[in-house]
Amino acid sequence: MTAATDLTLAGARAALARREISAVELTRAHLEAIEALNPRLNAFITVTPEQALAQAEAADAALARGEAKPLTGLPLAIKDLFCTAGTRTTAASRILGDFVPPYESTVTSQLLRDGAVFLGKANLDEFAMGSSNTSSAFGAVENPWKRQGEEGTVLVPGGSSGGSAAAVAARLALGATATDTGGSIRQPAAFCGVAGIKPTYGRCSRFGIIAYASSLDQAGPVARTVEDCAILLNSMAGFDPRDSTSADLPVPDFAAACERGVKGLRIGIPREYRLDGLPAEIAALWEQGMAWLKAEGATLVEISLPHTKYALPTYYIVAPAEASSNLARYDGVRFGLRENGEDLKDLYERTRAAGFGEEVKRRILIGTYVLSAGYYDAYYVKAQQVRALIRQDFDHAWEQVDAILAPTTPSAAFGRDEKQDDPVAMYLNDVFTVTANLAGIPGLSVPAGQDAKGLPLGLQILGRRFDEETVFAVGRAIERNAGFSALPALRAAA
Amino acid sequence: MSLDTATVRRVASLARLRVEEDDLPRLEAELNGILGWIEQLQAVDTTGVEPVAGGGAEALRMREDRVTDGGVQEEVLANAPDRAGAFFAVPKVVE
Repeated sequence: MTAATDLTLAGARAALARREISAVELTRAHLEAIEALNPRLNAFITVTPEQALAQAEAADAALARGEAKPLTGLPLAIKDLFCTAGTRTTAASRILGDFVPPYESTVTSQLLRDGAVFLGKANLDEFAMGSSNTSSAFGAVENPWKRQGEEGTVLVPGGSSGGSAAAVAARLALGATATDTGGSIRQPAAFCGVAGIKPTYGRCSRFGIIAYASSLDQAGPVARTVEDCAILLNSMAGFDPRDSTSADLPVPDFAAACERGVKGLRIGIPREYRLDGLPAEIAALWEQGMAWLKAEGATLVEISLPHTKYALPTYYIVAPAEASSNLARYDGVRFGLRENGEDLKDLYERTRAAGFGEEVKRRILIGTYVLSAGYYDAYYVKAQQVRALIRQDFDHAWEQVDAILAPTTPSAAFGRDEKQDDPVAMYLNDVFTVTANLAGIPGLSVPAGQDAKGLPLGLQILGRRFDEETVFAVGRAIERNAGFSALPALRAAA
Repeated sequence: MSLDTATVRRVASLARLRVEEDDLPRLEAELNGILGWIEQLQAVDTTGVEPVAGGGAEALRMREDRVTDGGVQEEVLANAPDRAGAFFAVPKVVE
């Protein structure tokens, strides 16, 4: 039999239903994998074995009564940005190092409602700001993949949901929650050889998710297959009156949509995504993806998204501006770290200097500057106008196509010591992913191939607002054709 | 537009971030690097373009004006670094 940690989420659900494995056995296998590998990978900030085993026992009782729900007994990792009642939630920051939320985020409460088992809280870039998971106050995460012939080089898992993606890739969890503000689900999924979807803005409630940039933040799942992502998103999504931007729309059966096929679909290929200097391997994989979809009956249409090159600078005004406002609440008074000072202002300043890391401080300063008197129109209003043009680009595209195919990232996972000294070079990681956040549209990354050193590469499917179903159908077709079966060097049961 | 040291100091104060004098030159260089790169947006013609507000396409909905939560004083205070009875406590502000 397949090792319990090698099962897909759907496969594990079927095995539980047939009573071939118990939820306690399944959970214990994952806890043992975490114990063996987490000291090295650092994918979890907090592990909650007692809670996980208690939930698994309850799941076995429910299964015995024939009362299984969609996720009964399935062990998941929860990005440590989702508030979990009674379990420390840190956002990977010193400033929230001891914060224990008294309430549960809507997304995690829906996963619990559907019977999931929570293994613990996954590592991330501090406050979800980063593309390499090196800015966590709890230490960097190691990508379980290795370049062939360079087994000693530590690669980053991507970010900000690096712990979620690494945990799923290394088989420490069947799936994970994640969040995506500029690519933070899709880029780490691509770097770790797993699937991940950022749904439409408004699809998942943001209630109880620690805010980074509220008009861009969106929760979604990471898992090893497209179908597993669809199953998790079905539980995570849905209207929530506690989030004023939550969409009051029915949640379709995403898992059913995976097998729709792509026959007759029009797939857009944006010419502006053919960047100068795009590695040949990534260009070739993109061509391969086009050929797969064409062979399955889709029509390829070259499209233009003329404002693409302005997406990153737009993002790096809007996101820091919103972050500087959202992070104003961390002042050492009501929760979190406090550093005493001579007076109240000194207390605020010392608390925030001690509590925030360098990248968070940089973004707060940029955000404060672009929102300050005299610069607001030149930077912030200008960026929100360009954002409107980026949205228009997509609105025009949807008149011609049903989905868009693009690479997820401009490179495979890079070394922990590479690209770290230049913030702008690091920001370029998000070049293909950030447009979906600015436009509020869904984007799915699917592992589709490997580079010459054996590292995974992802293809990304973008879709219309609230049309995740087409995105899943195209993603599943890519997944089926790619037949991605390579395994990371570091994994459970290896 | 480029930041000088005095502006970095002022922005840090607005953001309530204590910055040591020794760190100012490094921060000034990093922030100017980012702002210089962002400057390319000025090349886009945005005459008459309505700026985006919020992440969704739909207008925010109204809700009924009624209390939906409350009576959780202990939970609210549970993470306080310092408290005095039912209040958050801070250093003396007014002499």
